Amino acid sequence: MITDHLSVLIIAVGLLGAFFTPIIGLIRKEMCSLWASFIILLQFLISIFLLYQVIIAGNISYWLGGWEPPWGIEYAVDLLNAFVLVIVAGICFSVSIYGRKSLGFEVPDKELPLYTLYILLTTGMLGIVVTGDIFNLYVFLEIGSLAAYALIAMGGRHSLTASFNYMIMGTVSASFILLGIGYLYVMTGTLNMADISALLPSLYGRPVILVAIALLVVGLSIKTALFPLHTWLPDAYTHAPSAVSAVLSGTFTKVGIYALIRVMFTVISPSYVIETVPVMSILSWVAAIGILAGSLLAIAQYDIKRMLAYSSVSQIGYIFLGIGMANKLAMTGGILHILSHSLMKVGLFMVAGAIIYRTGIRNIYQLKGMGKKMPYTMAAFVIGALSMIGIPPTIGFASKFYLAWGALGAGEWVFVVVILLSSLLTAVYFWRIFENAFFGVHEDIKKDEAPISMLLPILAFAVITVLLGLLASLPIGIIEQWVTGVLP
Amino acid sequence: MIEWVPPAAIMIVGAFLIPLLKGKVKQAYLLLLPLIVFINLLYMGEGTGWVIPFMEYSLIFGQVDKLSMAFGYVFVIMAFIGILYALHIRESGQHFAAFMYVGSALGVVFAGDFFSLFVFWEIMAFSSVFLIWYNKEKASRDAGLRYLLVHVAGGLSLLAGIIIRLVNTGSIEFGPIDFGSLDSYLILLGFMLNAAVPPLHAWLSDAYPEATVTGAVFLSAFTTKTAVYVLLRAFLGVEILIWLGAFMAVFGVVYALLQNDIRRLLAYEIISQVGYMVAGVGMGTILAVNGSTAHAFTHILYKGLLFMCAGAVIHMAGKRKLTELGGLYKTMPITLGLYMIGALSISALPFFSGFVSKSMVVSAAAHEHLAVVWLLLTLASAGTFLIAALRLPYFVFFARDAGIKAKEPPVNMLLAMGLAAFLNILIGVYPAILYGILPYPVDYVPYTGEHIVWALQILLFTALGFFLLLGKLGGEHAISLDTDWFYRKGSRSFMWFVEKPLSAASQWPVDILMRLKDYLIWLGKNPTQAIFLYAGTIVFKILGRFPGMPPHASERILEEGWSNYPGEPVRKSPVGDSVILVLIFMTAYAIYYYFVS
Repeated sequence: MITDHLSVLIIAVGLLGAFFTPIIGLIRKEMCSLWASFIILLQFLISIFLLYQVIIAGNISYWLGGWEPPWGIEYAVDLLNAFVLVIVAGICFSVSIYGRKSLGFEVPDKELPLYTLYILLTTGMLGIVVTGDIFNLYVFLEIGSLAAYALIAMGGRHSLTASFNYMIMGTVSASFILLGIGYLYVMTGTLNMADISALLPSLYGRPVILVAIALLVVGLSIKTALFPLHTWLPDAYTHAPSAVSAVLSGTFTKVGIYALIRVMFTVISPSYVIETVPVMSILSWVAAIGILAGSLLAIAQYDIKRMLAYSSVSQIGYIFLGIGMANKLAMTGGILHILSHSLMKVGLFMVAGAIIYRTGIRNIYQLKGMGKKMPYTMAAFVIGALSMIGIPPTIGFASKFYLAWGALGAGEWVFVVVILLSSLLTAVYFWRIFENAFFGVHEDIKKDEAPISMLLPILAFAVITVLLGLLASLPIGIIEQWVTGVLP
Repeated sequence: MIEWVPPAAIMIVGAFLIPLLKGKVKQAYLLLLPLIVFINLLYMGEGTGWVIPFMEYSLIFGQVDKLSMAFGYVFVIMAFIGILYALHIRESGQHFAAFMYVGSALGVVFAGDFFSLFVFWEIMAFSSVFLIWYNKEKASRDAGLRYLLVHVAGGLSLLAGIIIRLVNTGSIEFGPIDFGSLDSYLILLGFMLNAAVPPLHAWLSDAYPEATVTGAVFLSAFTTKTAVYVLLRAFLGVEILIWLGAFMAVFGVVYALLQNDIRRLLAYEIISQVGYMVAGVGMGTILAVNGSTAHAFTHILYKGLLFMCAGAVIHMAGKRKLTELGGLYKTMPITLGLYMIGALSISALPFFSGFVSKSMVVSAAAHEHLAVVWLLLTLASAGTFLIAALRLPYFVFFARDAGIKAKEPPVNMLLAMGLAAFLNILIGVYPAILYGILPYPVDYVPYTGEHIVWALQILLFTALGFFLLLGKLGGEHAISLDTDWFYRKGSRSFMWFVEKPLSAASQWPVDILMRLKDYLIWLGKNPTQAIFLYAGTIVFKILGRFPGMPPHASERILEEGWSNYPGEPVRKSPVGDSVILVLIFMTAYAIYYYFVS
């Protein structure tokens, strides 16, 4: 049955798709973007089916080439993987539709490399999520990262420096992660996650394990742009093509967070990183500082994409805060925030891209009258921003609510204050855009909406943001089930 | 069995159709929607309906009892009157905001749990602010923003209270709350902010005068009254509310006396009247609860009427200050007549609606032997008459002739005002209509000789005083000079406290955050040099010089370093800085893990 091979198919489809993109592009250049959308749609459908299978029939374990796990590579899918897979594939698919016009405008005449890299980026991220082998995870991380460096570099003159900085930081991060994995391998002699986690407990207490954890934490902190190791992110997101910023902000950092959760809670046992060595609680404090610093720095920005980038730094802090507190409610909130931040931020970046596409304006103080010029686009922006602030009934409210609730339950009053204060700061930096876009315009401005292929994904994200806010119990059910199974 | 739909759902879903319609069809639809909701209300039986599971809890959209029905009826009636008054407005957005606002207020009234209550509470704030912004002036924009921020802050307090309550009790049910724990304080704070209890009242008098002519009519009816409703449901018999309410009643009147802008004057009158209701909540007896509910009911009608008439004056005359208006009785006699019906209602003249409800609250205070409260409420009553029924009409419609050429307002406005005036007289003459829908059976008789004499005495002597003072002092600025000196002085120093020390104290967290932001930006310009500078300064402070260097040379190097920061070129190697940061983090983590484990 082909359905037994789904977890490897999702990767195989992407790799083959990327391979054939240049060939298709040589026949007809315009076909490239359609081809990419088609391939990623396939991956999206597979991911939905995987999630469905996991919910119905429990975890999936696939042996590559039929080799038994400790020796061969295993693809292991549980609720968390499947959940993140759907987010990643769904966002990559929507942005690929949006990107047809947006990328065509910002990166003209480069369809061949562009869409090849785009599929590779998607596949790399899906690979990180689907694999059950820790070295395989590193390989996919590199595939995704290399594609991301190249995609960012396509954004024009400034993007070269940004991409170069990102590459240096990304490589430092990758080498840290590789060293961490190497230490684990040296100690246990295996690369399979399940196998490592079975062998590790007898080795706890060895300093090598501690160094491995530190290497992995720092490496993944860079990849996920946790403050203050976020320095590559603002430049990269600002200067990358808008569609690329959207997809990176929505998925790439989230996949890094997924990897961190996987390594800390599946490979290393949760009780060790929570109780024996307080890895998680330190992360939550760093995250709390990051939340405030990110919001404050966002207030200081006047380039809309740069503001959104700093806002990402702050929001990533929320996810880390939830995971770092490591109680059931907060962790549910943190993982739910992966979903909500992806939806909101991708939508907002797409709106920024649409504005740049139509007017070329990036400075938020020049957005006067945008509410009249592009009413639907700006309406979607308002919904995304409200969700970011945490106004019900959006999904952003649900995740912040769980975070605040979890912090209260754990008696962490400081974190509650941080969450609420940052919501206010978020309102401040989005308010400037509302004020400029909607108020104080007297001259007649003609309506000039974004093209339908850009508008449709933007509106879809806005609708989903509200819809999932109302039906928040669906994702929460999935997450809670996973969290309950993992936490001690 | 469900035959009815939550009224909020009809209003809010119905609101989304407004932008699609045009012309006469739209006008018909606008009037039809409140009627549908009203018919729907008639079908609502008492009990709990529309329970929808959400996460592990159940959301209740239809908690129906006599209390919520009483508020439901008057909200829908006022929505009809308000939309009739605003029928000439073409912008769909205003109507949309108004219906969202009314719908969410109805949502609050029929909410049986804190979650849905909170959601509607927030929608209320966010939709009503557009009624202010649509006035499209800078003052409105600023006032609207302040209004929104204040309500968001109040909403956060409410949310924090709800969450703490959820953690403590595990329940989100909305019902009576035991007063005395942190969650009850926070929730009460959120409620009191919407009820405009001083010192949390400033948003009201700040924002309502800046709203659109038609928007102010809606605003005057819903926000404060939903707050009274939730107070009635949750904080019945909390003693502090008696005193706050009595204080409010007088406070509002005193401030209304000082106003020159007619809608700001009426806005302060709202604070005063809501004071009666809040005091009634605090007393918590059957008579007081009936009184508060009845007063909320009549207040919505007569205050709506007053705002409509004031709006008509502003709309037609284009001026909004007492000193700019005058002599309008010649050209706007109908408006004057309708205004006086509203004014006499608010002053609680017998056979007008205010009389049958206000006297209930005042009598409740008397029954509880709260002499001071009784006195304060009576005092406020006299002040209300002075301001709303004498001072405002005198200077707007009579006094000197300001030479303003104003006509009567459009027919839809007149109809709306007429309808409200009719209801006010109807309730005044047949109080049984109102008493029939109150939460508890009413055995209160408003029209006793004693009550009527009491009311007339107060009103007549106030009127006498007004005209005596008017003749003696000969100008509106001097009216309140010696009568309310104490309150003016007291409240002014209180206002000074709120404006100066209190707002300065609330400013410093903002200042700290802003300074922190600037510092982060400063640090980000050249973190390596910043670290070296700090390290150098510390070494210099300890040793008095750098190793192997004379002190004055060391000092010079340090000073140059600080003054040249961030140095040239600004961003030589940002990647290098980041990598150093990574190494620092790596080392710190590893060392920390090692020592902790």
